[in-house]
Amino acid sequence: MSIERPSNHDFPSEAEGMDLVYCRPETLTDLPFHYCPGCSHSVVHRVLMEVVDELNIQDKTIGVAPVGCSVFAYHYMNVDMQEAAHGRATAVATGIKRVLPDRFVFSYQGDGDLAAIGTAETIHTVNRGENILMVFINNGIYGMTGGQMAPTTLVGQVTTTSPYGRQVEFAGHPIKIADMLTQLPGAYYVTRQAVHNPNGVRKLKKALTKSFQYQKEGKGTCFVEVVSNCPSGWKMTPVETVKYLEEQMFPLYPLGDLKKPDGAK
Amino acid sequence: MKEEKNKKGEARLMKGNEALAEAAIRADIDAYFGYPITPQSEILEYLEREIPKRHGLVIQAESEVASINMIYGAAGAGARVMTSSSSPGISLMQEGLSYIASAQLPCLVANVVRGGPGLGTIQPSQGDYFQAVKGGGHGDYHLIVLAPASVQEMADFVFDGFRLAEKYRNPAMILTDGALGQMMEKVILPEEGSLKKVETPWATTGKPASRDHNIITSLFIQPEKMEEVNHELQEKYKKIQSEVRFEEIQIKDAEIVLVAFGLSSRICQKTVDLAREKGLKVGLLRPITLYPFPFKRLNELAEQVNFMMSVEMNAGQMVQDVKLAVEGKVPVYFKGRMGGMIPTPEDVLEEIESVLDNEKVLQD
Amino acid sequence: MIKGTVKIDAKICKGCELCIISCPQDGLGLAAQFNDKGYRYVELIEDNCTGCVNCALVCPEAAITVFRQPKPAKKSVEKK
Repeated sequence: MSIERPSNHDFPSEAEGMDLVYCRPETLTDLPFHYCPGCSHSVVHRVLMEVVDELNIQDKTIGVAPVGCSVFAYHYMNVDMQEAAHGRATAVATGIKRVLPDRFVFSYQGDGDLAAIGTAETIHTVNRGENILMVFINNGIYGMTGGQMAPTTLVGQVTTTSPYGRQVEFAGHPIKIADMLTQLPGAYYVTRQAVHNPNGVRKLKKALTKSFQYQKEGKGTCFVEVVSNCPSGWKMTPVETVKYLEEQMFPLYPLGDLKKPDGAK
Repeated sequence: MKEEKNKKGEARLMKGNEALAEAAIRADIDAYFGYPITPQSEILEYLEREIPKRHGLVIQAESEVASINMIYGAAGAGARVMTSSSSPGISLMQEGLSYIASAQLPCLVANVVRGGPGLGTIQPSQGDYFQAVKGGGHGDYHLIVLAPASVQEMADFVFDGFRLAEKYRNPAMILTDGALGQMMEKVILPEEGSLKKVETPWATTGKPASRDHNIITSLFIQPEKMEEVNHELQEKYKKIQSEVRFEEIQIKDAEIVLVAFGLSSRICQKTVDLAREKGLKVGLLRPITLYPFPFKRLNELAEQVNFMMSVEMNAGQMVQDVKLAVEGKVPVYFKGRMGGMIPTPEDVLEEIESVLDNEKVLQD
Repeated sequence: MIKGTVKIDAKICKGCELCIISCPQDGLGLAAQFNDKGYRYVELIEDNCTGCVNCALVCPEAAITVFRQPKPAKKSVEKK
């Protein structure tokens, strides 16, 4: 079942008298992203594929796409991929990794997928210490279905299903799933990153590289949360989302390693 | 049960669930993902005990939802995989089965049916017939459904199930029940290693430079494409019709035909004997595959017999397919018990006699 | 200062401006024109690019390719 991909490749590889220092990774397909302007999803896609390129593991990498805006992640990532049901990505990844233990397996999920409907799968996958990388995009909203409240939506945050702001009385508190997962012995590396500025992107890349390295060493589950934006769902310009992330999201979801291996830098 | 690696041909006394589990190992499954539920927990227990000593992999998942999605992942990665459960657990798997059917992945699922609806009872039932043969989850799809009637078939159908699943890239189900799972009978186990592995060039095993990346998905957002995929599935189901299997007992001169599968067909065999002793020309047709269903054969038999009677351990499910098959040529009656109760051979004979009495009254 | 340059694929740029706020040289700006998708795309408006890569790192479309002048040959004293 092949997917038609209009090629839109227009990426020059040379400029007069200069060295190429940065270009679109090879393992990203040529297809232009369908995401809204300024969305973090495609940044994370790109960085993930950059890491696959640099580690030279395209032929050994298998990804699992979620249900949500990134449901079509497999259109962009030029690695073998499976599309899972909502919430089930880590169970699917478990199935793949268990029968192909020498491959690099990652799951990619949003907050509704990983921290609401798939909570059981999330916790038990980590609890088994499945030797996979779990990428978690936390933007506090259901983007694809039109901006509804997510388990990670901030208290008071307005969404289409919390039009007066999230109220604890009815919706409980935003769930800090990464913090919960650190309690499980199966979690080897748990970190929270963001791609709101160039340094954030650099740090994410390091975190993903380390995660694949740990997976190669069979260390257990690596969990990389990326606190992300949703310009359309938040009803902001992409530039405004950077401010919102810094002022509203990061205080609740502070960036940095939540659990790192003993002796790791 | 200390020596599990018996050679082919040696008869053993085994529980249905254990025969199924042993056959799974002999079918060289790469992995089994399951969750305990009565009356099929012996399958998971047996595999947890045996697989570490032999070959393959077994994982006890956190739920049936997780196990069927592990099946999806592993089957998509080209592995031979199976799971099993009983009715409430199979309900939880329906979402995953719909995805697996749409993504066209081969796998085997055993449903050791218990009485329902709801949490129901742990006693045997055939109440999941509709769920098994009509799809079960959302969308237009079918499972290939095999209905064993003996411990021997509990073992054999593991091989047959995988053969069909892999031939058609479609999930297959063994639809059995708590009694067949729990009862012990003589069984000659299939030979280990005799089920050849098939090529899976579509599987996600890591993309080499020589091919495009493989994608396992059930998402086809454009309606034109989604319809095309549906056409492809329907074409496949048409082809699967050629795999129909059934067994006929004393059909040749039969004027009355009982239609029953699985455990009820065992009961009806005795009814046939009892009826013949009384001079009633009763025969039995046992569908072995419930999907595909022997519509054609039943339609032919309708030319020969006076009436048919579907005997089931439910409120009357397969009887609807029998009626569709005979196209109104002859009356189709139903005899069933529900909720974990099992009809006796005498109950069925009584029902036949009462139909005959009524017909006589009508004729007089 | 090391000189660099960027090539931005105007066809796929969505004008989100994240690169503009990431550029330490304030060298990027929105074009007056629209691309086929209807976005005002980003272009290099100043000749002061250092090839720092920041814009490319934050670009959600992976639309930016970065070039830099080769560094002068390393001095021999840099040897360990």
